[in-house]
Amino acid sequence: MKIVAKRPESLTSKDFHYCPGCTHGIIHRLVAETIDELGLRESAVGIAPVGCSVLAYEYFNLDMLQASHGRAPAVATGVKRVLPDCAVFTYQGDGDLAAIGLSEVVHAALRGENITIIFVNNAIYGMTGGQIAPTTLMGQVTTTSPGGREVGMSGNPIKVCEMLATQQGPAYLSRVSVHSPAHVRRAKKAIRKAFEMQMQKKGFSLVEILSTCPTNWGMDPLSSLDWLEEEMLPMYPLGEFRRPGG
Amino acid sequence: MKTRLMKGNDAVGEAAIAAGCRHYYGYPITPQNEIPEYLSKRMPEVGGVFIQSESEVAAINMVYGSSSAGARVMTSSSSPGISLKTEGISYMAGSELPAVIVNMMRGGPGLGGIQPAQGDYFQAVKGGGHGDYRTIVLAPASVQELYSFTRLAFDLADLYRNPVMILGDGLLGQMMEEVEIPVDAADTPPPEKPWAATGCRGRSKVIINSLYLDPHQLEVHNRKLQEKFSRMVEREQRSQEYRTRDCEILLVAYGTAARIARGAVDEARAQNIKAGLFRPQTLWPFPNGGLLEAAGTAKALLVVEMSAGQMVEDVKLGIEGRLPVHFYGRMGGVVPSVGEVTAEIRRLEGELS
Repeated sequence: MKIVAKRPESLTSKDFHYCPGCTHGIIHRLVAETIDELGLRESAVGIAPVGCSVLAYEYFNLDMLQASHGRAPAVATGVKRVLPDCAVFTYQGDGDLAAIGLSEVVHAALRGENITIIFVNNAIYGMTGGQIAPTTLMGQVTTTSPGGREVGMSGNPIKVCEMLATQQGPAYLSRVSVHSPAHVRRAKKAIRKAFEMQMQKKGFSLVEILSTCPTNWGMDPLSSLDWLEEEMLPMYPLGEFRRPGG
Repeated sequence: MKTRLMKGNDAVGEAAIAAGCRHYYGYPITPQNEIPEYLSKRMPEVGGVFIQSESEVAAINMVYGSSSAGARVMTSSSSPGISLKTEGISYMAGSELPAVIVNMMRGGPGLGGIQPAQGDYFQAVKGGGHGDYRTIVLAPASVQELYSFTRLAFDLADLYRNPVMILGDGLLGQMMEEVEIPVDAADTPPPEKPWAATGCRGRSKVIINSLYLDPHQLEVHNRKLQEKFSRMVEREQRSQEYRTRDCEILLVAYGTAARIARGAVDEARAQNIKAGLFRPQTLWPFPNGGLLEAAGTAKALLVVEMSAGQMVEDVKLGIEGRLPVHFYGRMGGVVPSVGEVTAEIRRLEGELS
């Protein structure tokens, strides 16, 4: 019998705790498949954030660190500077990376720190119960923007890839999505490119992945995929914002 | 043994190199800037890493990362910057990560001032960050001790897998003194760290973590930490005595205040007052055993600090109510003079007789 599909070596057998329909599981798998395919499992060190993916250290079957809220890029810097040949990556949500940890990710990018950042943007704080995030869309209802996001109370959403692309430091910046099989395949390619860039010592790589949060968006999983496509894509256009040689 | 004339902050930097530290992360703040300046030059010379980070918060988290990867690593700052680092120190204690943190104290609270002070005693000794944790706190009182305690701090941090703090002050960091450097000082190889996250080749995965969502598991983890802290209390108390054998008034002071208190002891002795000095070299664990011994002939204690008297309560606990504990201190970066401490000893002597 030929095995055509199996759990990646870089994932443990532990069941994900993520809510039904949440796309964190897909993104975990894409990262794990990439690490497997590039033969990096035994030389990888991952950094889990604070947020929904705080328990990522239980799911990735490789050396893992848990970091304080927002500081994963600084922690990754500390690891990479000791182990320059290891594949060092962070896995961060939008609250972790774009609110409390904005300074750390920007300065890691400015240093051209040779690490890979997997940035999961689902436009909301998931773990704490659906509060407004820096990436929450205008008008979007959250538990701390009950009337919908408006500038006076909550300011404007942040476009992380576009912001970082104004600087010299980053080597690779890409925004992808996982709301359809075709997009999942493209997301995998971007993740792979980011890790390849790191192993070629090209410097800082970040892949922003648009993701769903059915529980806190108050939608069923299918409607969430539609909402991502219809509402998030216009605000967060997909594409490569910094590419090799570009 | 070779002798070098060194500035206190430079001695910290050189001792870190000698201890095998090859990773330093810090952010500028007076009066400790010579440490990052010195290491920005020295680290590249020895193939090490120096990063001036974007903040104190980033620096302590870079320390967390390098420590997790098995390196000997250090950061330094002064009072307000240490406040910013305390979250990271708590995480390192929780994740059982060794690191050396240097605080060259200045006046506070708030932005305070830039003159030497000792107002961070509580922060250093009682925890600082959140949760049930302790850090060994070393209190040097000379440039020589800044050098030797920095080296010791790396060994203690690795031995216990716990952050160790060096509590100096602006005056110690800025002064120049002779330092005796052991000839074998260079390149101590850091110990093996099988627990470190270095990639899981040939072994099962490693997790560096302080999160335990099950309260029972977290309690088990805490019990293990507390046992470790108890071992520190048993084994790591350090102190020095000066002219205590027949003393009636025992001064208790650390760091710069101890240097002044020592001068005051000599002055008092010249005036036929039997004064002595007990100098804690570890503030946590506080050297209770040494204090009781030093106070054998004393009738009263006089704590001298450059703060509102934060060490007084530890001295009171240490002396177990056997003797009255008095206090003399200055705050805000004012360094007391030998004369004013001597006058306080004389006043106390008058009360006693």
